[in-house]
Amino acid sequence: MAGEAKNLISIADLSKDEISGILSLASSFAEVLRRPVKKVPALRGKTIVNLFLEPSTRTRMSFELAAKRLSADVVNFSSGTSSIVKGESLKDTAKTIFSMGADAVVVRHQSSGAPQMLTKWVDCSVINAGDGMHEHPTQALLDLYVMRERMGGLEGLKVAIVGDIEHSRVARSNILALNKVGSKVLLCAPRTLLPAGIEEFGVETTVSLDEALGWCDVLYLLRVQAERIEGPRFPSLEEYHENYGLSEKRWDKLEKKPLVMHPGPMNRGVEIASSVADEVEPSIAGQVAAGVAVRMAVLYKLLSGSVSSERFEREQ
Amino acid sequence: MCLLEERGGFSFVCALSLAVVAMGFRARAKILDSDDIQRILKRVAHEILERNKGSEGIALIGVRTRGVHLARRIARAIEEIEGGKVDIGELDVSLYRDDISIRPTPDVGVTNLDFDVTDKKVIIVDDVLYTGRTTRAALDAITDFGRPKVIQLAVLIDRGHRELPIRADYVGKNIPTAGEERVKVSLEEVDGVDMVEIGEGELS
Amino acid sequence: MKDVKDEEILVKGGRLLGCPGGLRAEGDILIRGERIAGVGRGISSRGRVIDARDCLVAPGFVEMHAHLREPGFEYKEDIESGSEAACAGGYTAVFCMPNTDPPIDNQAVAQYVFARGKEVGLSMVLPHGAITVGTDGKNLAPMSEMARCGANVTCFSDDGNSVSDSEVMLRAMEYAATLGGLIISHCEDKSLSRGGQMNESYFSTSLGLEGIPPEAEEISVFRDICLAEKASARLHIAHVSTAASVELVREAKKRGVLVSAEVTPHHFSLTDSALLTSYDTNLKVNPPLRSAQDVKAVLEGLADGTIDVIATDHAPHAPHEKEVEFEKAPFGVIGLETSLGLVVTKLVDSGILSLEEAIAKLTISPARITGMERWGYSTTLAEGDIANFVVFNADEKWTVKPEGFRSRSKNSPFLGWELKGRVQSTIFEGRVVFERGEVFPGA
Repeated sequence: MAGEAKNLISIADLSKDEISGILSLASSFAEVLRRPVKKVPALRGKTIVNLFLEPSTRTRMSFELAAKRLSADVVNFSSGTSSIVKGESLKDTAKTIFSMGADAVVVRHQSSGAPQMLTKWVDCSVINAGDGMHEHPTQALLDLYVMRERMGGLEGLKVAIVGDIEHSRVARSNILALNKVGSKVLLCAPRTLLPAGIEEFGVETTVSLDEALGWCDVLYLLRVQAERIEGPRFPSLEEYHENYGLSEKRWDKLEKKPLVMHPGPMNRGVEIASSVADEVEPSIAGQVAAGVAVRMAVLYKLLSGSVSSERFEREQ
Repeated sequence: MCLLEERGGFSFVCALSLAVVAMGFRARAKILDSDDIQRILKRVAHEILERNKGSEGIALIGVRTRGVHLARRIARAIEEIEGGKVDIGELDVSLYRDDISIRPTPDVGVTNLDFDVTDKKVIIVDDVLYTGRTTRAALDAITDFGRPKVIQLAVLIDRGHRELPIRADYVGKNIPTAGEERVKVSLEEVDGVDMVEIGEGELS
Repeated sequence: MKDVKDEEILVKGGRLLGCPGGLRAEGDILIRGERIAGVGRGISSRGRVIDARDCLVAPGFVEMHAHLREPGFEYKEDIESGSEAACAGGYTAVFCMPNTDPPIDNQAVAQYVFARGKEVGLSMVLPHGAITVGTDGKNLAPMSEMARCGANVTCFSDDGNSVSDSEVMLRAMEYAATLGGLIISHCEDKSLSRGGQMNESYFSTSLGLEGIPPEAEEISVFRDICLAEKASARLHIAHVSTAASVELVREAKKRGVLVSAEVTPHHFSLTDSALLTSYDTNLKVNPPLRSAQDVKAVLEGLADGTIDVIATDHAPHAPHEKEVEFEKAPFGVIGLETSLGLVVTKLVDSGILSLEEAIAKLTISPARITGMERWGYSTTLAEGDIANFVVFNADEKWTVKPEGFRSRSKNSPFLGWELKGRVQSTIFEGRVVFERGEVFPGA
């Protein structure tokens, strides 16, 4: 009963029940992380390759820790040190990794769709750890986990996502996930950062941050990705902060403070004033902590019940 | 939820389930009724106290799901006999099982040990002892939480067919079984009634 | 050796398309040497007989937009493999775009391509010349020199490097008109399409790929129509893909602007939604696959005659170039060997065009626009014409498979599709160059 290699490429591939399944599994793993020995032998003998072809610290560490807490062997493969810089194609890299007997590849890539392509070239599980402007499914799952823990539920929850929607894979994954679990989503950005056809995702949009603040239970701030913004999107970071930054003035004025979330790393003084950032720091640290439990849940769900290493040995 | 008595005997269960596809458990005989179970648990409580010379330092850790309820009942019995309180924990051994890579993803349940096991006299409580694999997983899990002074094993039913060198310290009842037979334990807290039956087919 | 001049081939029992009067009558065609020696019923011959029962016979197709990659990119395609693909697709004339290395921006390269095509002898291979030197959009290429040489270049295009400087484009049109030539424009405002990977829409947002807005094409179509109108010059718009582009061409034609337009089979067969979840780089083309509304408008443009020509924009790329991240993959798909099947399946069967109208867009229209009469190339199947024609079964179904392609590259977006309409034989200059899957190289 060798199952098909199981992948996590997009939130779109998950049903509402699968999302809740992962979130409850994550609660069990959060308990493991509170134990004296924060490690269980669940994935002993499995090999997980972290293929990070775009700079990343927190996601890579989070996946690495998650894999190690499950007793899997982890191999890191990042852009600076890999043969990709020597001109090796992604396809050849993928084949090499698979020949080494990997059970899963966790891939971060600057090109949208790269993880999807990997699934054609390798026979092991592929987990998308962020691809271009496409998706970052485990980030959305951990965000939902935090929202559920902090707000008591997701159904009907009002979530405002603010900032560079166009270039944000985090926004796309969160929109899809929040829609599936019955939360309401309002996107807030200048029109230059709202991508084509976004209303077809079943979300509302506004250009007014104050409107979003007055409405939401959860305020999700996106990082202004200066490195992805090409051409004239807004005149300056100062002007962006003026209109779309969570300033001290805006924050203090709020009677009902929403839960503030951010995928990190924060640009203080751009999407959030430094003093406000300090105030909401604990909840953002909570996101990071939840990341390990959620990624353990994802790895466990994809790799338990799979026999890819045995299949690999048979094929040799 | 499917309770495959000893969760370890996977290959066997798998082969069997192929043979009895879509057929549920068919009971052939009732072995224990509610009163029997009450008496057995009281006896086990006495044996535990006798062997450990009192309730001092005793912690009962039930293996989910039915083992947890049995642990609570034994604890209650001990408290009735001795007074005083014993620690009770719940243990889910899913993450320590040795068949994770061949079994479809199981649910991972709650583990709740809100006491330090180090230097405790830990007694693992489970409903049925079969291959011994669940007990092995429980031993590994518990030792990851600390270093108990001693670990003992209490089971309601021992049905034989061990695959590991494991033996129970307290046995409610030995029931010799054939491999294809099934022992079904029902407890009031989970199933609404207390009884133990023997029969064939998949337990559900 | 037998005298080739007297050798006879009889194509018997097919229904003839494109003969004077446009009737679809059953008839035989007798070929003697390189010419048609007789058209009619009940012709007999002692020579070779090609059974054309159940088949249609049409003038050989004219491809006015292909990339045969030679010189410079022979690992993708060369004139030989490209000619094989052409005759397998029913084409007896292929125009190739100048984005080779070196580019076709002078008579030497033009002459090389032309001569190489003749040497291979499976189809006419005719180069389009570059508008500007090195197709860099700055200085006019020696158009007259290219026109005067043996290749007799009369159509000029910078293809994918569309001329961004409006004055250069205006002067190019004026100068080409001076020579009686034609400017073919790949319409793309690069300042709007920059970085784009696919049509800008819900789907590009969903896939996280940079969008190419329809306006990038439309602005450029509008500009080039304005310039052609001012210059009173002929203009051909390559691969029209959006609804507004079709409308701009329609209006311009009404005003009497000397503009013609083409569409590719992939643009009338596929929409941007095809990319969803697959990231199939064989769906990466420029202009990109557009929305369902755009495809509908393109079909209307084909039906009402706004769009004159069906051209494939045959653009071979090697597997290692396409099997990469979507953003790294080059634009383009092959098309020579699937065009007839797509025309029958998507246009004729669905009632958009009659078979005669559809075939005219593969034959008469491109031949007229590119001035094929100067080569004595006929699209009438009349006695005395050079025998360039195709015998095809419009009802035969077949499945597109990579191993079935004659092209060196396999980058088709239609792999696995079942198409209706298949070429049985192709006759080029009186010789059977393709029959039932086999190519017969020149004598």
